[in-house]
Amino acid sequence: MLRISCPWCGPRDEPEFRWGGEVPVIRPGPPEAVSDSAWAEYLFIRDNPKGWVRERWLHALGCRQWFIVVRNTLSHEIRTTTKLGDSLPETAP
Amino acid sequence: MRTNPHRLESGGRIDRSRPLSFVFDGRRYNGFAGDTLASALLANGVRIIGRSFKLHRPRGLMGAWSEEPNAIVQLGSGATAVPNLKATQVEITEGLQARSVNCWPSARRDAFAFLKLFGPLMPAGFYYKTFMWPSWHWFEPTIRRAAGLGISPRVPDPDRYEERHEHCDVLVVGGGPGGIAAALAASRAGARVVLVDDRPVLGGSLQWEEKSIDGQPALEWVAAAEQELRASSSARVLKRTTAFGCYDHNLVALSERIGSEPAAAVRERLWHVRAARVVVASGAIERPMVFANNDVPGIMLASAAMSYAAQYAVRPGRRAVFVVSTDSAYEAAESLRIRGIEIAAIVDTRKDPGEIALSAQRAGIPILAGYVPVRARGTLAVKSIEVGLSPANGTAGGSARHLECDLVCVSGGWTPTVHLYSQARGQMRYDRERGAFIPAAGTKGFQCAGAAAGNLSLHQCLTDGFAAGREAAKAAGATSDAGLAPIAKAERSAVTAFWASPRDGHRKAWVDFQNDVTRGDLELAVRENLRSVEHIKRYTTTGMAVDQGKTSNMNALGILSELLQTSIPEIGTTTFRPPYDPVTLGTLAARHVGGLYHPLRHTPLDRQHAAARAVFEDFGGWWRPAWYASHGRNREECIRVEKRAARSAVSLFDGSPLGKIEVRGPDAALFLNRMYYNTMRTLAAGRIRYGIMLSEHGVIIDDGVCIRLADDHFLVSTTSGGASRIFGAFEDWLQCEWPDLRVLVTNVTSAWGNIAVAGPKARELLSRLDTDIDLDPHAFPHLSVRRGRLESVPVRIARVGFTGELSFELSLPAGYSASLWQLLLERGSPMGVMPIGIEALQELRTEKGYLHVGTDTDGRTLPADIGLGEVLARKTDDFVGRRSLDRADAKRSDRLQFVGLEAHERATVLPVGAHLVADPKTRRGSHGYVTSSCMSEALGRSVALGLVQGGRSRLGESVQIYSDGRLFPARIVSPQWYDPKGERLNA
Repeated sequence: MLRISCPWCGPRDEPEFRWGGEVPVIRPGPPEAVSDSAWAEYLFIRDNPKGWVRERWLHALGCRQWFIVVRNTLSHEIRTTTKLGDSLPETAP
Repeated sequence: MRTNPHRLESGGRIDRSRPLSFVFDGRRYNGFAGDTLASALLANGVRIIGRSFKLHRPRGLMGAWSEEPNAIVQLGSGATAVPNLKATQVEITEGLQARSVNCWPSARRDAFAFLKLFGPLMPAGFYYKTFMWPSWHWFEPTIRRAAGLGISPRVPDPDRYEERHEHCDVLVVGGGPGGIAAALAASRAGARVVLVDDRPVLGGSLQWEEKSIDGQPALEWVAAAEQELRASSSARVLKRTTAFGCYDHNLVALSERIGSEPAAAVRERLWHVRAARVVVASGAIERPMVFANNDVPGIMLASAAMSYAAQYAVRPGRRAVFVVSTDSAYEAAESLRIRGIEIAAIVDTRKDPGEIALSAQRAGIPILAGYVPVRARGTLAVKSIEVGLSPANGTAGGSARHLECDLVCVSGGWTPTVHLYSQARGQMRYDRERGAFIPAAGTKGFQCAGAAAGNLSLHQCLTDGFAAGREAAKAAGATSDAGLAPIAKAERSAVTAFWASPRDGHRKAWVDFQNDVTRGDLELAVRENLRSVEHIKRYTTTGMAVDQGKTSNMNALGILSELLQTSIPEIGTTTFRPPYDPVTLGTLAARHVGGLYHPLRHTPLDRQHAAARAVFEDFGGWWRPAWYASHGRNREECIRVEKRAARSAVSLFDGSPLGKIEVRGPDAALFLNRMYYNTMRTLAAGRIRYGIMLSEHGVIIDDGVCIRLADDHFLVSTTSGGASRIFGAFEDWLQCEWPDLRVLVTNVTSAWGNIAVAGPKARELLSRLDTDIDLDPHAFPHLSVRRGRLESVPVRIARVGFTGELSFELSLPAGYSASLWQLLLERGSPMGVMPIGIEALQELRTEKGYLHVGTDTDGRTLPADIGLGEVLARKTDDFVGRRSLDRADAKRSDRLQFVGLEAHERATVLPVGAHLVADPKTRRGSHGYVTSSCMSEALGRSVALGLVQGGRSRLGESVQIYSDGRLFPARIVSPQWYDPKGERLNA
């Protein structure tokens, strides 16, 4: 069970959180200018790397804020967590 | 009271002043407080404690604690029975009831014992090969009964289990010398420490080895250390507690056994310990040797024999032969010798065991160095063992020696207990001399110490444990000086690993005792070209089941290394998985059982419903009335009566679980316009609009009404099960996609009670209450909202409903719900008011042709599929899911579309889930299916709703609907059966 440090509330156990997938994912628009393939890319295609990844998590049973986590998908190590709106952390150390 | 024939006159850590009686396999025996079931049985001369898993061979004790593979027992009976415990770990209590497993009627006289004659027919994987025709499933039940372990209780467990969360700086797993030293060091350095041990007493091997620490008897040192830790406010000592699993970020799960007495408040407790650092001082497990008939009762680990003699004062035999490859076994032999057990010989597989053998020889013990075990003789008990010179040390022929004995103590090496460390992904290196995987560089926050780190002498364990505790405390931020490590006498502890006898008899040379896997089985697996150790494990089942290969894994690897001509590190180990030792399901479930398993939400009208004899059901996590038993003789009649009241008089429906989300702020209208498929920007204050919400894939995820209370204030109502999901989606989009919008969303679902007053007499009922709201249809039309007062209750009334009748939805602070409900029932009684449940409501909306998202739509339904396609053309703004509606697939004409269905037989209710078959002759191919269906008294016929391929352009078409062997002729229709002009709705 991961221990995740919410940038607002501090370290809490994983059941308090909900995973939201890799970031950044840019929503393309306006709809009439978006090709089918660009839309499919936005909806379905993710890097799913082995190693460091930036993800968004929600502190669902706490402050209900979304924030950014840099996690290693192999070791489950969490390097840093940042608030939305702060500059996106790098994945390379 | 019978005495214990095999109990030593004196000594041991048992309390002879507290005799206890217990029952095993139906016979009563006596033991003492401090005995385990195993030691007490051995004291009573019971040597056969179980039957082997596959061949039902008689089995006795091999170990004395968690390493025991044979002595599996079932405790108690009925609801509190516990299967699959090891007799070696069960503390006896007065009146304890235990049974051996996998045998009948008893371990000694087992009806299935004939199976051992068929051993040659049951090699590894025999069930895959032999029982394939006609199907494995024909044979499975019988085989499972013959080869099995305990029987789980069939009734709910009445006992109470708990769970606790704990945080500490240093968690020390193992209360032997290394673990105690680590805990002392960490505690003295100022760290918060938790020390856990699975035994009832601390000390580990010190309980049966006579040693000194810091110049005092070791057990006095243990007692002082325990006292010191207990006196510290920042240390916790947990005994009878197994650390069974390690999970991410240093979370270690413990199971604590508290009380097995019926009166105990809590039986077991699950601990979730989050530790900054973990020191694994879980010791090492001695290994048996693989030779022919090595499973005959009376053959046990040397350390176990010493434990029985010294800790429990039990004589494990009268004449013992030791077969060893370790120095430590000589200490065991000496311990048995001074307790009056004759040592017939020490057979050492090492050619030159050195000084330790010479001193044993001086004490009068014959030594056979360079000899290996060949085979044991005896069926129900060992009678002798044949040994011979190892081929490596000379000729095998002619050197055979038969040694008469009733006890064989084996010691093939020591395996560090690295399960937890390995679960934490710690790296290991292979030590060839000791024949063991030893922890290499520690993994993050985890380190091994003492025997678990490969140290076998007491002195090394103490020094190493103390250093590990001090380091862990420092790493966790503790700064005090821990002082000096405890010391003990230096001693030799050499090992030359020995796996298996080079001699024949492989088909009866056991590797995994618990799963009945022999050396022959491993040879067969290799002959059949299995190469990966993970495959061989699964094919032969070696290292599986309750003991997780504690005594068998390394011997299996040693044998495979020979067979595959590969080094052990190249073969690698199988993956260690939790739990280290079996954990009861009760402990894992803890308090999350019964009503706490999935807590249900109750509406503010719960008591009123119960008083009206509501039949409650779980609807999306809410405990709601399905129907009211007070309305008729049976379910059908009650629902019919409720529907009749709604259509001809007036009904009350508790809609409190309906999702209610307040959306406020200058950009509220803009935000909701993006969240809804429908246009919400243009909605006037005081008005209501029905809308649907989509996922980004264009699929309908929820529907409901959107109420505009003021220019910058909306109330979104969602389906009852959708409130938290939709609220979460609102927050997600606001925080992550549109942080610039000035909008605040609040989930107010449980703050408001909701009562739907519906039916032709709804207005009449409300007008009998004192209100400042003008109920006139012109002043207060359908799809509008008013705020005011009803009697003295502040309310908001919305002209919306789900029944198709004149309907007023009252929203009020939840606390007023009960009194207003009661008042409505009283005032409405002359006009036939009646509460209605979910079942009636579902039928009312079905005959009105209203869809229910999730029932009449599925995970692919788009707006156009339910007839809302035109809305898109009129909306120019972007919204969630819009781009997905522009895909070619979204525009296909043969998509599943929402339609009405009428059976040709007016009295036939089409079964929900039944498919429209494409070809009625073959009954193959589906054109869609029935989603809702009911008999409608108001329409005088049955009606149904469904999703049908291209259904909206097939109105009037006759179709065949198939269910359960029957075909139902039906017609596709528009679902607007009831009040198609909306006169009742708008009344």
